[in-house]
Amino acid sequence: MSEVVEMSPSTRYYLTEEHHPENGTLLGFWLYLMSDCLVFACLFAMYAVLGRSYAGGPTGAELFDLPTVALNTALLLLSSITYGFAMMEMQDNRLRGTVIWLVITGLFGAGFIGIELREFAHLIHEGAGPQRSAFLSSFFTLVSTHGLHVTFGIIWLITLLVQLGKHGLSGANRRRLMCLSMFWHFLDVVWIGVFTFVYLMAVLP
Amino acid sequence: MSGPVAQVHDHAAAGHGDHGHGGSHGHGETAAHGTRKGYVVGFLLSVVLTAIPFWLVMGKVIDRPAVTGAVLLGFAAVQIVVHMVYFLHMNAKSEGGWSLLALIFTIVLVVIALSGSLWVMYHLNENMMPSMPDMRNMP
Repeated sequence: MSEVVEMSPSTRYYLTEEHHPENGTLLGFWLYLMSDCLVFACLFAMYAVLGRSYAGGPTGAELFDLPTVALNTALLLLSSITYGFAMMEMQDNRLRGTVIWLVITGLFGAGFIGIELREFAHLIHEGAGPQRSAFLSSFFTLVSTHGLHVTFGIIWLITLLVQLGKHGLSGANRRRLMCLSMFWHFLDVVWIGVFTFVYLMAVLP
Repeated sequence: MSGPVAQVHDHAAAGHGDHGHGGSHGHGETAAHGTRKGYVVGFLLSVVLTAIPFWLVMGKVIDRPAVTGAVLLGFAAVQIVVHMVYFLHMNAKSEGGWSLLALIFTIVLVVIALSGSLWVMYHLNENMMPSMPDMRNMP
């Protein structure tokens, strides 16, 4: 509250103008996330139906390396809290801190994608590619859709870093950062479903 | 956190087009993200709620896989709620209740899609089993 009181009247007017459309954007973006949630629900349903149809091929218990999945989960969880810290810096009007935490978030995200791509390459190299069985088709579709979302999140994040470099913490940039925040945390929520349902439960006998 | 949030939304509802209530708009922006402490609490809860399922599976703690599976789903559900509250800042007040309404609607659709798919496909699988009475002789 205090930083607003200290602002010049013109700045305050600017923020006031920004406020109402911003709420509309955030609600609209939330609705987009909910529709994205339905996309993932369909993919989870597909995996639930096909996840044990191995067609004589390798099973999840034989393929999945849980320590790698745990590392990936840790990276994504860390990227969630670092994004939270970036939002806190933004709230305190510190551009430098915001940018630093965003870069750290992007690096964690990139690490996640790197490990996931290595896992995919390893599976395909072992002959467990998406064409091997219905289980692997649904596995690759679900997990790579999530990975694709994270990839586009990173591209969005880099775009916003450029925007922040050019225009600073303007009202529009704050709104964009809040939308990306929702997107990023939403992907972490989806990952909870992925590591529980796809990886951990597939390893159970 | 809920105190200031409620206050902001009262303002937003009452004061459309009213530019005279200075400070509250600053709060309007902060309402969407919460506090550093909230993020740390959410993070610590998530770490615990993630570590326990991995430990249950990797350490083979419970003998019966069905029980482990149910426990895993329970932990996932709790962790999703933790993320919604501490990271996505869901509450009944955000966006005047519309985001919660959209969420509830989505959850209903997700439950129908998941349980419906499993139910239908399970029965299809059962009925298409090769061990069923010889289908070639059926009309």
